[in-house]
Amino acid sequence: MKRAFPILAVLTAFLLAYALYQALVVAPTDALQGDVYRIIYYHVPSAWTAFLLFFINFIASVQYLASARPSTQRALKWIVVALGIIGLIAPFVPQVRQQLPVGMYPSSVATTALILVGLYFLIGRYFPGQDLDVLAVTAAEVGVVFCSIVLVTGPIWARPVWGIWWAPGDIRLTATLVLWLIYVSYLVLRRFSDSAQTQKLAAVLAVFGALDVPLVYFSIWYFRTQHPQPVIGGGGSMDPRMLHVLLISWMAFLCFAFLVCWSRFRLEKLRREVEEAEALESLLEPGGPTTQTSKARVPLSRGPQ
Amino acid sequence: MNSASSIKFLYAAYIATWLIHALYLGSLLRRYSRLRQQMKDVGK
Repeated sequence: MKRAFPILAVLTAFLLAYALYQALVVAPTDALQGDVYRIIYYHVPSAWTAFLLFFINFIASVQYLASARPSTQRALKWIVVALGIIGLIAPFVPQVRQQLPVGMYPSSVATTALILVGLYFLIGRYFPGQDLDVLAVTAAEVGVVFCSIVLVTGPIWARPVWGIWWAPGDIRLTATLVLWLIYVSYLVLRRFSDSAQTQKLAAVLAVFGALDVPLVYFSIWYFRTQHPQPVIGGGGSMDPRMLHVLLISWMAFLCFAFLVCWSRFRLEKLRREVEEAEALESLLEPGGPTTQTSKARVPLSRGPQ
Repeated sequence: MNSASSIKFLYAAYIATWLIHALYLGSLLRRYSRLRQQMKDVGK
């Protein structure tokens, strides 16, 4: 595993460089916007990556909360299986199909449902116990970084195209800003709360925060917004060459996000181990816990950082 | 739209993206080195 990281890092660096070359040189120029449209190759993959990371944070938080009671855990598994089956069949039922936004294929909804259920079981399988909480904080922190990029590149793109930096009251823009604020408050809660309940409180906040993700994603279908329609699965007519470059960029960003999450996950695990070692050391010191340092007074179950 | 001025926005967006990533990676490295120091202190 130690060798895998540098190999993956080199591969990701090549992929990012290739994606940059494709975005700046190979992708055709947009007839209406000119070259400035190329911001899409950083803006959209960052948004997709942030959504994925927030969803991972949601799954890890739900599983962490459920892990307290085995019966809840079992019940949740069956609920997820049932939701997966509904998500697989329902989009093909004519009445439901009519309700889908224009341009959204039932097969893509069913595939997304399958992927999400698969992700739920993968996370449950490979991240037992406290690792779920470590994964949750990792995904939230890296997700906030990618969401920050969306919020910075969006206005930079809007200024030359719309003539304004920000469209006040626009639901897509406002919901994205609220999403960012929710996850920043999640990280602040974890950083500054000393309570032994911090992890549970943060997990509950994450569950509610995740409700904003579908609002952000579907807002452009159900509300009138300044933001353009989605480039994939929304009836948009993107040039296949542009779409190809966009997918390459997303792959590169996903690999980069994976590496950053890997580092952050290891850092968090190490931090918790050191914290436990410090607490144990202070207990073994002559005089016992009364002589412990301020760092060691931190409860073992305290949140990260 | 003036293509020269729109290029400035394109570069600004790309630079801002990598600046944010660099800042975050820098904060991770700082936290790693602080943790390594803490590990040394616990070892003593």
